[in-house]
Amino acid sequence: MKFQGIISINDLSKKEILYILDVAKKIETGKTKPDLSGKVLSTLFFEPSTRTRFSFESAMNRLGGRVISMAEPKASSLAKGESLHDTVKVIERYADIIVIRHPQEGSARWAADSTKKPVINAGDGANQHPTQTLLDLYTIKKAQGKLNNLKVAMIGDLKYGRTVHSLTSALSLFNCQLFFVSPESLKMPEHILEDLKKKKIKYSEHEDPSKIINKLDILYATRIQKERFPDEAEYEKVKHAYVIDVSLLKNVKKNFRIMHPLPRVSEISTNVDGTPYAFYFEQAGFGIPVRQALLSLLLGKVK
Amino acid sequence: MRAYKVYAIKNGTVIDHIPQGRAFKVIDVLDLEEEKGIVTCGMNFESKRLGKKDVVKIENKELEPKEVNAITIVAPTATLNIIRNFKVAKKIKVKVPKVIEEIVECNNPNCITRNEKVPTKFYPISGHPLEIKCHYCERTISYEEITLL
Repeated sequence: MKFQGIISINDLSKKEILYILDVAKKIETGKTKPDLSGKVLSTLFFEPSTRTRFSFESAMNRLGGRVISMAEPKASSLAKGESLHDTVKVIERYADIIVIRHPQEGSARWAADSTKKPVINAGDGANQHPTQTLLDLYTIKKAQGKLNNLKVAMIGDLKYGRTVHSLTSALSLFNCQLFFVSPESLKMPEHILEDLKKKKIKYSEHEDPSKIINKLDILYATRIQKERFPDEAEYEKVKHAYVIDVSLLKNVKKNFRIMHPLPRVSEISTNVDGTPYAFYFEQAGFGIPVRQALLSLLLGKVK
Repeated sequence: MRAYKVYAIKNGTVIDHIPQGRAFKVIDVLDLEEEKGIVTCGMNFESKRLGKKDVVKIENKELEPKEVNAITIVAPTATLNIIRNFKVAKKIKVKVPKVIEEIVECNNPNCITRNEKVPTKFYPISGHPLEIKCHYCERTISYEEITLL
């Protein structure tokens, strides 16, 4: 299978997604050992991020490739007023593959349209972060052994959360039943629910996680950001209702797992970390094989 | 009563059934400001189909279907007649183009196209009512929200 770049999860078919996850598994288990020596990855991060950038750099290093990256966005040519297009036209001469994170929506697509070198989107504003979605799917598959027909809940800020929007659209390919748990003011946007209706995906909306938690296979938690609320009183009202604590987990299914894209603030109590249900640190780790798979596929080192 | 609301043209193109108030947008999309020949713009005509409609007539110029498809973005109901010797020689059905390039501005202020010199590009995702999606930021824009560059 041939990939030009990874810009949006919406560009990928179910078949392509499964193929990427399969390559990731082969790399993780050592069945496939792509050799990226002599290849250079450039991480163009115009916005701070430790996790995603380190994860890409680690993935590249582990496959024998090299990484060039900029110190910090403020020191970059962007600060001097260079256009993204020009930056990419220069970097394509220095690197074989480009990973970009940029605060503006559509920036990754524009970067990809500006070069023949493969581009991976590591987050373009509020729009897409496809490698996060792929590693989320990989994690679910690792936890449950399958992606089809699972009961998956998403909890927290469903209105602005980029990860939950992409994950919803990806899970709709696998006929999962979805539960959306959020305060009234942070509900899943109507256009996403409309889309699920069109695809005949079963879903429901809830305010209280305790009512449904015992049915679930996966609970995907996200951060509720204070700045999303019109006033602080409103925030104070809801923030405690969405803290996942061991007391909530008394009767959950045995295969139940909790995920979180991290960083967490207070959404998951630290007393959950030691339970068999905590899977968020593993999830962060799965970023490595998934990104190794993408780098290898885009550089033509895995067919 | 006037004999004619707008004089019939001998040769050229008549764009009829433009939604009321949208004639200038059609002129804008087709770059008719640059036109050397006579262009007539009529607004608020009675129409059985639309109630009120606008009409644009371009004399001595036959527009190509490819050029006019772009007008569906501002005037989805428009019809097009090629006039030869005062008679309708050809009726052209306008279709939403597969790619809408450098006509529409993205209404997401944080889209890269609003922050850097990027030629805008949209894809239609539904025809009735028209909805288009930005190639870059993936934002969906409804017909009412469309603004031209």
